[in-house]
Amino acid sequence: MAELKQERTFWERLILIDRRVIYLIIALAMTLPFFFQMGLPIPATKEVQDIYDHIEALTPSDVVIISADFDPSVSPELLPMFDALFRHCLKAGVKVMAMSLAVQGPGLIEPVIHDAAKDYNKTNGLDYAFLGWQYGFTLVIMNMMEDLKQTFPVDYYGTRTVDLPILQGVETFADYDLIVSLAGSAVYMNWLLYAHEPYNVPLACGVTAVSAADVYPYIQSGQFLGMLGGLKGAAEYETLIEEKRMATMGMEAQNWAHIIIILFIIIGNIGYLIIGRKK
Amino acid sequence: MQISTNPWVWLGVFFTFSVLSFLYKDNPFYKLAEHVTVGVSIGYFMVIWWTNTVNPRFIIPVFENGDYYLIIPAIMGLMMVLRIVPKWSWLSRYAICFTVGAGAGMGIPRSMQASVLRQLESTMLHLGFGTTTGINNIVIFIGVLAVLIYFFFSKEHKGVFGGAAKLGIWFLMVGFGATFGYTVMARLSLFIGRVLFILQDFLGIPLAG
Amino acid sequence: MLWKKQIPLAITFIMGLVFGIQYFVPHRVSDTLFKNYLNFAIVIGVFGTILAYISFYRAHTMRIRRKAPAWPYSVIAIIVSIVMAIFGFAQGMEAGTVFSNMYFYVLVSIEATMFSLLAFYISSAAYRAFRARSAQATALLVAAIIVMIGRIPLGEGMSFWTLIFPEAPTFPDIANWILNVPNMAAKRAMQLGIGLGMMMLSLKIVLGIERSYMGGGD
Repeated sequence: MAELKQERTFWERLILIDRRVIYLIIALAMTLPFFFQMGLPIPATKEVQDIYDHIEALTPSDVVIISADFDPSVSPELLPMFDALFRHCLKAGVKVMAMSLAVQGPGLIEPVIHDAAKDYNKTNGLDYAFLGWQYGFTLVIMNMMEDLKQTFPVDYYGTRTVDLPILQGVETFADYDLIVSLAGSAVYMNWLLYAHEPYNVPLACGVTAVSAADVYPYIQSGQFLGMLGGLKGAAEYETLIEEKRMATMGMEAQNWAHIIIILFIIIGNIGYLIIGRKK
Repeated sequence: MQISTNPWVWLGVFFTFSVLSFLYKDNPFYKLAEHVTVGVSIGYFMVIWWTNTVNPRFIIPVFENGDYYLIIPAIMGLMMVLRIVPKWSWLSRYAICFTVGAGAGMGIPRSMQASVLRQLESTMLHLGFGTTTGINNIVIFIGVLAVLIYFFFSKEHKGVFGGAAKLGIWFLMVGFGATFGYTVMARLSLFIGRVLFILQDFLGIPLAG
Repeated sequence: MLWKKQIPLAITFIMGLVFGIQYFVPHRVSDTLFKNYLNFAIVIGVFGTILAYISFYRAHTMRIRRKAPAWPYSVIAIIVSIVMAIFGFAQGMEAGTVFSNMYFYVLVSIEATMFSLLAFYISSAAYRAFRARSAQATALLVAAIIVMIGRIPLGEGMSFWTLIFPEAPTFPDIANWILNVPNMAAKRAMQLGIGLGMMMLSLKIVLGIERSYMGGGD
C-alpha cells in the first residue's frame, strides 16, 4: 500500500485529494468575500427588467399577487426575490397580496412582510394582504380564478377576508393585474396551465437557478412576461429598486465560489488528460 | 461584531452546525436534527392545516353557515385514510378516482394548449439571414426540430434522419450545460444563505452591501 | 370486483370526460359544476391529509415499540411535533411566538442547511466527475463554464478580449445567447415531449389503461 502511494504522481495525488479539503476550500470561498466586498454592478437582464416595468406601469387600484410557492430548502434563493418584489409593490403603491401554495411558505415570508411593511409604513389589510396557505396546489389556483374570497376565507392571521378593505372589489381573475409565482419546484407550470392559459392573467415567475434554464421557452412564447432566475435574478431586482439587500450580498460570494469551481473543473480536466495520456 | 444573545438564534446556529457536521461523517447531532425537523414540520403543518383550511373551509361553513353538503366530501376525504386498513383500503379508491379522474380530464386540454400548441406556435418564427434575430430564429427552429427527431425512436437513426438526431444531441448538450452552469449557482446560494445567517444574525457583523 | 374496481374506474372515466369537456363549454351550468367540484375536491384533500399524520405517528410508535435502531430519535420527533402543535394552537402564528421561532430557527435552519450541503457535493463533483471525455461532453462543459461566468457580476470584467475589441460580446452576452437560443430550442423540444406525455398519461388514466394510482390489491 505504502509503495503504491509512493508511485503516485503529482497529478494523481491532486486528483485523489480528500473530499474534505475541497469542502474547506469552497466553504472559505463562500465566506471570506463578505469581508472584502467589491460592490460590482449587477445590471438587470431583460427577463427581470420586464417584471419591474410591468409593476411600474400599474396604478394604485391594480392588484399584484405574489405566491411564495417554496419551502425553507430553497429559501436562500427565493426569499430575497419575495423581499424585493414585495418591497417594490409597496413602494409602487399597488394592492399587493402574498400567498403560498407550499405549506411551509407562509412561515418564511411572514417576517419579511412584517419588516417591509414597517419600513414603508404600510398596514395589513389596507395596503397589503397576507392570505397564507390553502390546501390543493392546482385546485387553489383554479378556485382563486373563480372566487378569491371563497378560496381564502381567512387570511394568515385568521381575519375573515370579506372584512379586509384591500379585498373590496377584488373577486376573480379579471381583477388580477399580475401574478408572480416564486416556485421552488415546477409549480410555476401549474400557474401557467391553470391561470394564464384559460384566463389570460399576466404571469411572471421566480425560480431557483436549477429550473431557470427550463423557463426560457415560456418567456420566448410570451406566456411568462418575465423571470427572476436564482439569486442573480433577485440581486438584479434589488438593483432596480435601488435597495441592496440579501441577494446583492450573496452575489459577492457567488463571484469567488464560481471562480473556484471553474478552477476545480480545469484542474480536474488537466489531471484527467495527463493521467489518461500516461496510461 | 456583537454576538447575539437571542437563545433562538443560538439554537439555529446549533442545528446549522449539527447538519453541517454530516460533511465530516454521519453522527448523532445530524440524526437529532433530522428527526427534530420531521417533528417540527408535522406540528407546523397541523396548526396551519387547522387554522387555514379545516376551520374556515369546513367547520365554519358547516356549523355556522349550515352548508351541510360539505359533509359528503369530508367523508370522502376520510375514506382516503382507509388506505392504511388493508381490508377496507378499496374504499379509498372512490375519493381517489373522483379527484384523479377530474384532474386528468382538466389536464388534457390545458396541457395541449399551454405546453404543446403555444410552444409550437412560438417556434413558427420569421426566418432569415439578414438580421441577428432572423439567424437566431433559424437556430431555434433547427434546434427544436433536431431534438424532436432525436427523441423520435420509431424510426432508426440513420442517414439524414440520424444526422439530424446527432445535431439534436449537440443542442441537448448545450442545454444541459446551461442547466449545470445555473445549478452551480443554485447550490452555492443555499450555503451562502446559511453563511449570511451566521455572520449577520449570530455574529452581528454588519454586511450591508 | 364491481365495487372495488369497476365502479371506481367508471367514476374516473366520467369525471375525466365531464371535466375534459367542461373546459370548452362557457355556460353557467358548466361554471357552477366547475366551482362546486373545486370546493368538493379541496375538502376531500383537506381530510385526506389526516392520512399523513396517522402515517407519521404510526411509523414512529412502531419503531419505538420494536426498539428499532436509533428509536430514541423517534421519541424526540413525536414530542417535538406535539410541542410545536400545542404552542401553535395556544399562541397563534404571529412573528415572535414560540411557534414562529421554532419554525424559523429550528425548521428553517435545519432544512436550509441540509440542502446547502449540495454546494459541497457539487464542488466535489465538478472536481472529480466533470470531464471532457468526448466532443459532446466538451460542448456541455464549455456551455456550463460560459453560463457560470456570465451569470456572476465578475463576468463582465473577465471578458478580457473587450480591451482589444470593445464591441465584441462579453461573457454575459454569450451566456444570454446560449440561454435564449440553443438552450431554449433544446428545452422547448423537451417541454413539447413532456406536454404530450402528460396528455397521454391523463388520457390513459381517463380510459382506465393506467391504474397504478388506485394502489394494489383487488
